[in-house]
Amino acid sequence: MHASVRQAVSVNITPPGTTAASRETAAPADMRMTISKVNFWYGSKQTLFDVSLGIATNKVTALIGPSGCGKSTLLRTLNRMHETVRHARLEGEILLDGKNILAQDVTLLRRRVGMVFQRPNPFPKSIFENVAYGLRINGSKTPIAEAVEKSLRHGALWDEVKDHLHKSAYELSGGQQQRLCIARALAVEPEVLLLDEPCSALDPISTAKIEELLVQLKDLCTIVTVTHNMQQAARISDFTAFLLNGQLIEFSPTPHLFTTPSDPRTEAYITGRFG
Amino acid sequence: MNARLRWRKYLSNFMLTLTGGCALVSVSVLFLILGYLVYHGGTSINWDFFTKLPAPTGETGGGMANAIVGSAKLLLLATLFGVPVGFLGAIYLAEFSGHKVAFVVRYAADLLNGAPSIVIGIFAYSLVVKPFGHFSTLAGGAALGIMMIPITLRSTEEFLLAVPRNLREGAMALGASKWKTIATVIVPAAYRGILTAILLAFARVAGETAPLLFTALGNEFWSHGFSQPTASLPVMIYHYALSPYDDWHRQAWAAGLVLLALILIINILARAILARGIAVPRA
Repeated sequence: MHASVRQAVSVNITPPGTTAASRETAAPADMRMTISKVNFWYGSKQTLFDVSLGIATNKVTALIGPSGCGKSTLLRTLNRMHETVRHARLEGEILLDGKNILAQDVTLLRRRVGMVFQRPNPFPKSIFENVAYGLRINGSKTPIAEAVEKSLRHGALWDEVKDHLHKSAYELSGGQQQRLCIARALAVEPEVLLLDEPCSALDPISTAKIEELLVQLKDLCTIVTVTHNMQQAARISDFTAFLLNGQLIEFSPTPHLFTTPSDPRTEAYITGRFG
Repeated sequence: MNARLRWRKYLSNFMLTLTGGCALVSVSVLFLILGYLVYHGGTSINWDFFTKLPAPTGETGGGMANAIVGSAKLLLLATLFGVPVGFLGAIYLAEFSGHKVAFVVRYAADLLNGAPSIVIGIFAYSLVVKPFGHFSTLAGGAALGIMMIPITLRSTEEFLLAVPRNLREGAMALGASKWKTIATVIVPAAYRGILTAILLAFARVAGETAPLLFTALGNEFWSHGFSQPTASLPVMIYHYALSPYDDWHRQAWAAGLVLLALILIINILARAILARGIAVPRA
């Protein structure tokens, strides 16, 4: 929806020439990811239809829509987590920095595109080891203790846990656990952070903390969040995509989508007429 | 209060008493056995029992030092053989195999688990004793090890499958490969259950007599290495309990108590190790 008009400088300096290379340079500089004509099936059931949108660099993009509209499915295609489900099939193209993610090594991709889940899912390890996990499995050369502290600071959790880093992660509250999961994802320094309804299992105060955190994290990485909470999308996101029955109905800057939606279905949804 | 309500209350009380009674019976059977064993075994046990070889027939005294060491060696071999096979097989079943393969293997494991232990003994006889030409600790360990496989396999698989999906996804989302996810998250999350299952398998085979009759046979003397016949506590209990001598009966009780204590100590040690890890809370 944007590529043709804004065919500009590529992030990667790929020499033009071959058709493959010239296609890969199609991503404009300020788009971290580009989703084009994505169709998705679980078995024989199609859940996404020709979805295309761009994920702007260092911005928060929110995916909203009623339950079952495909917003979580779309999110999970961005780091190919859909492949963990049997009989899932994806068609289309998703570019990260101009390169097709479907043609990359999936473990390397997931280091660059991190994910935080609906329910906090700390590992049965200490707080420290949870954050260190990604660094350890990736054989990171950086000093682990420093990286853990940095990530916990980014996750706005350091002050609360610095004196008991070696306690079980399960001793933290739900909101703290979710911030720990964010810190854990940040530790491997991803370019994109995907969040799948990160606050849906949390109380309002914990939710507020995470929302505040996400806005700060924009400087660090590009954020894509799924939410069923429209107020949340309005508060934290720069761009909002509204999905319905697997189709992208509207995608615009957040203030625009919430004040002057161009599609009557978007308006019906954001004014609470269904959903 | 009408008759119908009174009847319901009566029935409720009756069923409550019945279920409570059944629970009490199952517990009391265990405590009766334990009490009897401690009473008889405790009065028969002495230092000689742990340090001396069995006395020749007709003489009193002596001990079962060789059987204690023999049982320990048999169980060590069985664990070294049965646990890795069952554990790695379970990882394949839980994480890699398709539904059909898993179904077939599970079914086979259940059948193997239900096979009479004497049949396992005959199998180990033809597998190890026949080719080597003599009874041995190795053959006994193999028989017990075969018995440990299905128990370890089935329960390990259950515990691996019970690890919440979101832990798996959490690891994979950080760029962990499937093997890394299994080794660093799934198995650590399931290891308490797995270890408990292994202990159950261990306790189960520790008391097995039948598979040892054709394999480890028995030995009145020390058995060196793993290629000679060896004495073991269950087989000694079997022989001594059937003998006409009171002194042997006492020693059979003592052997029963020692066997029980052996299992208990290993259980406690393993649980002490378990208690130090971090458990995944139940959802």
